[in-house]
Amino acid sequence: MKAQNQYIKLKNGSPILTADIPVLSYNDFRVQTIKLLLDFDKAHCSNYFAIPKGIGFQLIVIIAADVNHDFLVFSHQLLSIETALESLTQDHFAFHIFEREIHENFNIQFLNHPWLKPVRFAHNRADQSKQIANYPFYHFDSTEMHEVSVGPIHAGIIEPGHFKFSCHGETVKHLEIQLGWQHRGIETLMLHKKTDLQRTLLAESITADSAIAHTLAFVTAMESLSQIKVDANLNLERTIALELERLAIHTGDLCGMCTDVAYQLGSSVFNALRTPIINFTQRWCGNRFGKGLIRIGGTHYPLKEGLKSDLILVLNEFESRFVEMAEKTFNIPSVIKRFDGIGIISKINVGLLGCVGMVAKTVGYKRDIRLSHPFGYYKTVEFEPKTCISGDVMARGFLRYQEALQSIQLIKTMLELHKSELVSSKPDYKVVLNPNSICVSATEGWRGEIIHTALTDQNGQLEWYKIKDPSMHNWKALELSLRNIEISDFPINNKSYDLSYSGHDL
Amino acid sequence: MFLDDLIIVKHQGKQFIKDLTKASLPEIFRGIPQISDKAINAQELIDFCPTAAILLNKNKLAIDLGKCAFCGDCQMQFPNKITFTNQYKMATNNRDSLMVYQGESKEIKVEASLIRKEIQSIFNRSLKLRQVSAGGDNGNELELGACGNVNFDMGRYGIEFTASPRHADGIVVTGPITENMVEALQIAFEAVPEPRLFILVGVDAISGGIFAESTALKRDFLNKVHIDLYVPGNPIHPLTFINGILELTRKKYRR
Repeated sequence: MKAQNQYIKLKNGSPILTADIPVLSYNDFRVQTIKLLLDFDKAHCSNYFAIPKGIGFQLIVIIAADVNHDFLVFSHQLLSIETALESLTQDHFAFHIFEREIHENFNIQFLNHPWLKPVRFAHNRADQSKQIANYPFYHFDSTEMHEVSVGPIHAGIIEPGHFKFSCHGETVKHLEIQLGWQHRGIETLMLHKKTDLQRTLLAESITADSAIAHTLAFVTAMESLSQIKVDANLNLERTIALELERLAIHTGDLCGMCTDVAYQLGSSVFNALRTPIINFTQRWCGNRFGKGLIRIGGTHYPLKEGLKSDLILVLNEFESRFVEMAEKTFNIPSVIKRFDGIGIISKINVGLLGCVGMVAKTVGYKRDIRLSHPFGYYKTVEFEPKTCISGDVMARGFLRYQEALQSIQLIKTMLELHKSELVSSKPDYKVVLNPNSICVSATEGWRGEIIHTALTDQNGQLEWYKIKDPSMHNWKALELSLRNIEISDFPINNKSYDLSYSGHDL
Repeated sequence: MFLDDLIIVKHQGKQFIKDLTKASLPEIFRGIPQISDKAINAQELIDFCPTAAILLNKNKLAIDLGKCAFCGDCQMQFPNKITFTNQYKMATNNRDSLMVYQGESKEIKVEASLIRKEIQSIFNRSLKLRQVSAGGDNGNELELGACGNVNFDMGRYGIEFTASPRHADGIVVTGPITENMVEALQIAFEAVPEPRLFILVGVDAISGGIFAESTALKRDFLNKVHIDLYVPGNPIHPLTFINGILELTRKKYRR
């Protein structure tokens, strides 16, 4: 084995030349990847993908070093599709979904991977004979077990996914989740669309519940690749929008969790409380989800003085009503009984799966891009993420409560720093990107880290665009949470995670 | 304990919107646009639109609200040429009436002559709908959910979403209809007893929106069904949806 550190360090949203990414032999690549990920507190895999290069493929891994603000990037050049690779999954489970994705898209073979099943039945998958109707589910060969299939269409107004429970009586022994129904081909469209505005709209449509977080990751990538500097005031406005999104969705999710345990008062109140927040976003930019607000290089909707005082009033009114309801909810026995100790995911499993965001924080990992790879306003402050330790439904609910309160405080602090007399620049609809470059852009959406990776060719055109929603890592955690609990606890577990279908399927 | 609940209820106050047909939205909301006669380079405007919703028809510019993603960037880039009004009532059963032409102050409504006879007689007091997301980005889904919350309280009209298509009077589609989802959508539609409504919600469902040319979509299913209502928006506003449904199923709400 060669000397250590065959990787390049990247800061969040700082481009480098693609040629500077070290290319390792597969053995070195594998050994180094596994070595870097030994300590779950210090690093995790943020993304691992393949891009066609010459006659073969370049496999690029992005490892988030969680303590020193770096992304560690290195690669392997696979010369022929005929060469099968020893899978990384057998040594580090977090790679299972990424290797499945690479296999599905390009038919690259990974040896000793536990299940090289399709991830999303992408429209440009290598093997078109694989159809979504024939997904190879696990099946228990037992006369005492039975299977329960749910979906792809679910009982509520939610997105589609197919869930198969293998049960022994009422107890779930295994849950397998099959996704892909929402696949719209966003990554391909990102390359094919002609204008920056079209690409911005695509980023807004990855998943509307995280429209701000995804669009922010996209525009940061474009701005850094075209050396556009964003002023501090605009950064504050964007971060305020991001925290408003977190606040609104966390509140809505608390409503959903109350609904699923039949706590009517909490359900109605949290549902009503989400409204003033998204209505403020509407008064700010004309859209309740913040679509239209985040644009490359500037904004059409500056946060004017009147809006700021409006927001402070909204937040003050919200906070007292929210705290009163949340305190009641988390102390009422009928809710505690249905939250406490239900759907536990262990800290070791979260580490092995490489989960991010809320799921990591509910077992005590401080895995939060706002701390580990700060962007915008967070570069200027010491951010301390909220964490829980129990990894159950209660933790996922309580973390939402705590994060919502934290968002309110953050927004209030940012409003004091924000100077509404400073006018931010207008959006730039025609940016010129650095050629032959790669940029990793990360934001912390309410679910967790969102990573957009953009690569440009020699003409400064987008050559590859890779989007990773936190749900890529976290769906597996929901499956494991269901093991050995009653099937009737599934809805509350699913809602407590509230993972993204469209963000996963792209 | 019961007293605590009452205190919470008191602190929350009344949240519902009294008259959903007369509620107003802030000026900044992007509803039906207007195109002025101001001279500009029309081709530049047409090329600027990210979803090809702006077109030239007999020397007059027009916006197709079935394709418009309501991003509003055109009104910023071409000020005084395009102005989005806060008129949210824009659901219709006539696809052609989603075209807004230069110089007109358009009113978009459900046209009585196009409504199937049995719709009004059967669904005018109670309506249960089954929503199917076929590639939706969760925005329209959340807004349809919001239609039933304490603010909008669509349930006051006997209009609700139901879990099973067997219990439903119609299908509400969100999303651009992905190839992976089209079979499930068809099965759900066929499971609804006749007469049944078929409603497209959001720009993605109506035209494919920003995804229109994606090869991951399969929209030919739409050729086989009668579309009873188009609800434009990205995502739709709950008021647009609720007013559209009321106009479709109840005579007294028609404009």
